[in-house]
Amino acid sequence: MEELKKEIILPEGDIGDEQQYLTFIMSGEEYGVDILAVQEIRGWEEPTLIPNAPSYIRGVINLRGTIVPIMDLRLRFGLDEADYTATTVVIILKFESDNGERVMGIVVDAVSDVYTIADDETRRPPELTEDDNSDFIKGLVNVNEKMVILLDVEELLMLRMGMAATSYSIDED
Amino acid sequence: MTSILAVDDSASMRQMVSFTLKGAGFDVREATDGVEALEIAKTESFDLVLTDVNMPNMNGIELVKNLRQLDNYKFTPMLMLTTESAGDMKMQGKQAGATGWIVKPFNPDQLLSTIKRVLG
Amino acid sequence: MSVDLSQFHQVFFEESFEGLDVMESELLDMDPADVDDETVNNIFRAAHSIKGGAGTFGFMPVSEFTHVLETLLDEIRSGKRSMEPRYVDLFLQSVDCLRGMLSDMQDGNDPEKERPAELRKEFEVILGMEQGAADPEEAMPESDEKDGGWLIDVQPHTDMLMTGNEPFRMFRELRELVGEDNFEVTADTDNIPELSSLTPEECVTSWQIKVTTSTPIDDIKAIFEWVEDECDLTYSPLTGAAETVSKNQDQQSQETPATASEETPEQVAEKTPEKTPVVVEAQKTAKSSKAPKKAAESSSIRVSIDKVDSLINMVGELVITQSMLGQLGQDFDLSRLAKLQEGLSQLEQNTRELQESVMKIRMMPISFAFSRFPRLVRDLGGQLGKKVILETIGEQTELDKTVMEKINDPLVHLVRNSMDHGLETTEQRIAAGKSEEGTITLNAYHQGGNIVIEVADDGAGLNEDRILKKAIEKGLVPENNNLTPEEIHNLIFLPGFSTAEAVSDISGRGVGMDVVRRNIQALNGSIEVKSQRNVGSTFIIRLPLTLAILDGQLVKVCEETYIFPLVSIVESIQIHRSSLNHVTGSQYVMQLRDEYIPIVRLDQIFGLRDDKDVVDEMMLVVVEGDNEKIGIVVDDLLGQQQVVIKSLEQNYQKVSGISGATILGDGTVALIIDISSIGKNIVPVKRNQNRSERAA
Repeated sequence: MEELKKEIILPEGDIGDEQQYLTFIMSGEEYGVDILAVQEIRGWEEPTLIPNAPSYIRGVINLRGTIVPIMDLRLRFGLDEADYTATTVVIILKFESDNGERVMGIVVDAVSDVYTIADDETRRPPELTEDDNSDFIKGLVNVNEKMVILLDVEELLMLRMGMAATSYSIDED
Repeated sequence: MTSILAVDDSASMRQMVSFTLKGAGFDVREATDGVEALEIAKTESFDLVLTDVNMPNMNGIELVKNLRQLDNYKFTPMLMLTTESAGDMKMQGKQAGATGWIVKPFNPDQLLSTIKRVLG
Repeated sequence: MSVDLSQFHQVFFEESFEGLDVMESELLDMDPADVDDETVNNIFRAAHSIKGGAGTFGFMPVSEFTHVLETLLDEIRSGKRSMEPRYVDLFLQSVDCLRGMLSDMQDGNDPEKERPAELRKEFEVILGMEQGAADPEEAMPESDEKDGGWLIDVQPHTDMLMTGNEPFRMFRELRELVGEDNFEVTADTDNIPELSSLTPEECVTSWQIKVTTSTPIDDIKAIFEWVEDECDLTYSPLTGAAETVSKNQDQQSQETPATASEETPEQVAEKTPEKTPVVVEAQKTAKSSKAPKKAAESSSIRVSIDKVDSLINMVGELVITQSMLGQLGQDFDLSRLAKLQEGLSQLEQNTRELQESVMKIRMMPISFAFSRFPRLVRDLGGQLGKKVILETIGEQTELDKTVMEKINDPLVHLVRNSMDHGLETTEQRIAAGKSEEGTITLNAYHQGGNIVIEVADDGAGLNEDRILKKAIEKGLVPENNNLTPEEIHNLIFLPGFSTAEAVSDISGRGVGMDVVRRNIQALNGSIEVKSQRNVGSTFIIRLPLTLAILDGQLVKVCEETYIFPLVSIVESIQIHRSSLNHVTGSQYVMQLRDEYIPIVRLDQIFGLRDDKDVVDEMMLVVVEGDNEKIGIVVDDLLGQQQVVIKSLEQNYQKVSGISGATILGDGTVALIIDISSIGKNIVPVKRNQNRSERAA
């Protein structure tokens, strides 16, 4: 697979109460993440497996010397697994936590566009289900008559929920 | 630019003095003891020498004495950084040819005002 | 302009701790009966610097406490007093106290008050000091404000100019102080000789200054403070009697006692208000500069300039090689293959040298770690009533700074242990025909890419009988066993094992050898003991030279590549599936010569292969876990190489069984196996089980 590198031109900052989002497609739905959290976009490369990790963690890759985990967002959201095609990309997201910067890649079907969205256009997500997934959703917005689901990068990257114990099990005597 | 030679074996004092004086527009050279200071003074000329007294290898008093032997340092103002209780030191310093002293501990403003006093 | 002094605090703390180390080591080395001046001077200077810096940066408690040290040290160095053993003890205790105070202040907390006060009293008793004795220097003559002003007669000595004191500088200052209109100066040129015999370096003029405003005489005198010895100054109030203050050493005798005592408190009072605001300000600065810049365990390192120069050279060579390869790449064809290979081999060498060079930067001589032991041994010897000599060998052996910081505690524990349990009492030693003093030896040297540190004592050696007895009691070994002496010795590393009759405070409660071993293993190192009854014991610690790099054995499991730390591997053998005995679930055991060892199948525990999939020929890697041998089954052994350890937790999280990751030559990620966590989940094979199975 060729390595796709797309240059992201970062905006100068929020203009008033607006934010720019990079959107991508998954299973026909359009999702968006704060563009300031996007470090780069890469093509898919086979990661190294992590033993006993949840199925949505595909493994880790070498990103210029740093070990970065790759998460399949479809599996994370409980959607069906998909084949990786030529448009499959990995969006490398970064987030500043208390312990320094955290970087993670998410596998998505294809990158869509960059939109500037005003905060007041965003609507809170309805309390749909008891699902873990709703914590990831920052809000919903309408762009050109399409619904875009805005994701909370921090929630995604912090892996707070749904992490199965990664210790292997040995039969107890 | 007025140049000052600051001599002290304590890094924190050197840094404080250097920072303060540079901030006030002076050119500052640092030395960690009398031997180093003497070497530097032989090759560069300074408008003022500021020196601690208690230093290894060559103390401040020796330094002043040696500097006064150099032609271009006969009348250069030289100030000793000395503690209050060292009354003896002040005497010895003066005998060695020091211009005056600054009493430790001092703060940056005191340092500056004394320097300005001397340089006029 | 206001300078933020807090930016210098960290440097001050670092140099103060170093100064305290200097003081301590000089004090420990000295023979009180025969002290040389240089030593006392060194100690004095260290204390003096700390006091000066503390005062300047607003750490007043430290400054005040160090003052008494300095005073006593000054008396000793000026010959007024000679050093005594009890002074040495007091100074050493003060060093400890100061360390604590500085440490507290560095953390942004207030230092304790009792201990310094306690020690201070002892100093004061020695010095015969009374609280608040006024510095005789401060007794000064009258400070009257006279309405009419002053008449000042200024008669410089001929050599006044040679001290850099320029009369006009002082006059200008005075003029500024009193105001231009109130200042009048006239020169007296009577003494000026003919031009031909004039020496410009001499001052032969005198002056008279009239100040026509009421200014405190002290303010005026302050201006001439520096030249009091090289200038005759006479101050007369314009409306009163003359008061000659021609300062020389016996100036004080010229005052009337009554006025002197009256004025002194005033002088002091006048002086202090000026000082206090400054001090308070500095203190505030000291307090507010807390947490943000706190350096945990000194985050800076001193590097010798040679190392830096070496590094610069390496990089230079690398650049040359790179440019050579770059040129080669521009129009490359197969005829230039040989040159390419040459270039690549050059690159490999450059990189290797650069790596070594960089690692050297983090390396420091182990003397830094060894330096605290003379004090420890001295104090502990005193407590235990044992005479102990400390020998250190290989102090210049270098190791990584972080490794050194982490090996400190284990070393301390080993030395304490040797002194407490290893060395016999003086009587016992004499009875055994040994020398009165016991010897503890610290020895460090490089061996095969590692650093080896030995802690040896010439004491009683490990008591095999007692150890065995305790082990049997705790059910760690069966009663009928035939363990070799070495095996018995290794029992001390088992968890919860302590043969101390009384849990003495010295070696610590429950901090056993197992903790020491675990700490060392956490550094990818190992520890073993060699001992002989009545001769002594030697603990041998092996550590890698750096924490960031690991000597690794690459292995293949299914399609995955993993890395084993080479230092944990005991042996590797090829086995057939049939030699594994299935015990339960995914746990197997295997007979290896005369023992059974637990077996872990990596492909199983990592979920890489179904149990049902049969593999006939396997590689067994026997590793040393926490004092137990474990066999780990992999598919194949690949090469051995040095790998750079990268963190998995930075962006992901801790994974059981994995200690970190690395990047292989092909750019892919390989995970590094964490031997001890794999070992933890194994049901230990009990030794009696071993024997009974064998018998069966």
